[in-house]
Amino acid sequence: MNRIQQAFEKKQRGLLNIYFTAGYPTLDATVPLIKAISAAGADLIEIGMPFSDPLADGPVIQQSSTVALANGMNMRVLFRQLEGIREEVAETPILLMGYLNPVMQFGVENFCREAAAAGVDGIILPDLPLDDYVAEYQETFRQHNLRPVFLITPQTAPERIRRIDELTDSFLYLVSGPGTTGGQNTQAEGVQEAYFQRIEAMNLRNPRLIGFGIGDKASFQNACQHAEGAIIGSALIRALEGVDDAPGAATRFIQSVIK
Amino acid sequence: MSTTYQKPTERGYYGQFGGAFIPEMLYPNVEELRHNYLDIMAEPAFQEEYQQLLRDYVGRPTPLFEAKRLSEKYNTRIFLKREDLCHTGAHKVNNTVGQILLAKRLGKTRIIAETGAGQHGVATATVCALMGMQCIVYMGEIDMERQKPNVYRMRLLGAEVRAAMSGSRTLKDATNEAIRDWISNPVDTHYIIGSVVGPHPYPDLVARLQAVISEEMRKQLLEKTGSELPQYVVACVGGGSNAAGAFYHFLEEPSVKLVAVEAAGHGVNSGHSAATSVLGKPGIIHGSRTLLMQDEDGQITEPYSLSAGLDYPGIGPLHAFLADSGRARFISIEDEPALKAVAECSRLEGIIPALETAHALAALGQLGAGPDDVVVVNLSGRGDKDLETYIKYADAIM
Repeated sequence: MNRIQQAFEKKQRGLLNIYFTAGYPTLDATVPLIKAISAAGADLIEIGMPFSDPLADGPVIQQSSTVALANGMNMRVLFRQLEGIREEVAETPILLMGYLNPVMQFGVENFCREAAAAGVDGIILPDLPLDDYVAEYQETFRQHNLRPVFLITPQTAPERIRRIDELTDSFLYLVSGPGTTGGQNTQAEGVQEAYFQRIEAMNLRNPRLIGFGIGDKASFQNACQHAEGAIIGSALIRALEGVDDAPGAATRFIQSVIK
Repeated sequence: MSTTYQKPTERGYYGQFGGAFIPEMLYPNVEELRHNYLDIMAEPAFQEEYQQLLRDYVGRPTPLFEAKRLSEKYNTRIFLKREDLCHTGAHKVNNTVGQILLAKRLGKTRIIAETGAGQHGVATATVCALMGMQCIVYMGEIDMERQKPNVYRMRLLGAEVRAAMSGSRTLKDATNEAIRDWISNPVDTHYIIGSVVGPHPYPDLVARLQAVISEEMRKQLLEKTGSELPQYVVACVGGGSNAAGAFYHFLEEPSVKLVAVEAAGHGVNSGHSAATSVLGKPGIIHGSRTLLMQDEDGQITEPYSLSAGLDYPGIGPLHAFLADSGRARFISIEDEPALKAVAECSRLEGIIPALETAHALAALGQLGAGPDDVVVVNLSGRGDKDLETYIKYADAIM
């Protein structure tokens, strides 16, 4: 059993996955933020690998990526920062989220080896197509015991959802509705509920986390009624903007969501 | 590996380039298009409506004009394929007319587009007006400034022009914003991509819609020269839609030399350039694997060209394949020779070309064409939209 599965076994409901961008707001904020986010009560941590052109993300995460890149963040720096992280944060699952091109340039094999060595548990690459994953990367991911996480949207067909469910042992990332990260959810409540219920009724192997547009206690609690938990990213990034004490700000933000 | 240049594999690959690297949010849209585009385009009713619009609305066939004074200057036989005479002033409308018909048949009610120089935006706004469809065009803030007349044309045609404020605030960023819009509106919206870029099937779809250019060239060359095949076909490449259209029916004719001309900006190695075939390496941008200008960490670097339509860090996957396989020769032209070519074409032939096209014209001296060779330059657009730039650089031009 991997750390992601353990987290879902330990706590069956109300899991909080916190996303932040590596190297934001400062280059050295990465490790202190991981420690603070874990200590504040987040159940999973998703570290964004900044990319110049993050298609699935909204302006808040794009801006944090721009700042992080200007701060000097890159894959080599990130893996160096993550060395020894498992001595600091033993159990909280850590996932890396980013886009395929920087991973390709780093080398997928290299990337997986370094990620595994750092104690990373899962990878989210929204622009990695399912077929390409199976054809080219699945074996490498497996060798390094890294779990892929795939996105599901209201438009994803049932047979594709089943295939995605078969391809991973982590969780399913339910995109709450149309839009990029950090946006307002424009979909009618009833439509959204029907979508979550439809997926719940499929009795899938993997637990589900709802992401996109979750930003405070109310939306988190609402999401938790429809899935095992939720993912918050942009709202945390906003809370880190312009602060001197990023770990402190993250702690306060997380407590405002879960207390 | 594909053995033909014209058709990609089923998953949209031209050799190692192409594919569909898209977030799940776009998957149903792109799949819907992939499953339907060839069937719809093969329908007699579609073809009839498309051909009729090309003829009566766009003004096709466009002339193939023998440019005698340019020919004399370069001591070879030069023909200009007059895409500048298309309705809206560039080849872009060939594609938007086809895609709006496709969008209608897919039941879409809202159209989005990205634009660099504004020609694709104007062509999209035009067909949306014609079909009574809502139209939103994303354009980099910097491009809105340097191509102001096109911004006003789009607005006059009823389109909403939204400024892309991120990154370099040019074509790449406008494309990012258009993709985000599509992610946010997955059911009712069709994204009319303006070049042979993006996830499969767009590169193939746009190439097929632009292929009318080379189809006409062959017929017109036969009439004017006695042979369907020229020795050279020359076209500028940003994303590469006009070049794809000009090359298409010559791709499988090895005797025809295909010449793609990229914008070198201040110089290929100046750090201010858009010469992707030289500076790029394989990477993923806007949904396809292609040659891409990027740093060693895989971050996309910001291209530069005086010409907004060529200011793009990638090229279409077909062009990456043509460059990689050596089927096409790629030439890089800097801003200044392009500006000089504007004056030369204007004075020798009475045709003021778009700044994009001028890059292709500036390559004429480098072809090595002889007196008996036939050279066709795809005159992709007219220069009205660039007048402000031409006025600003009048000293360099005149």
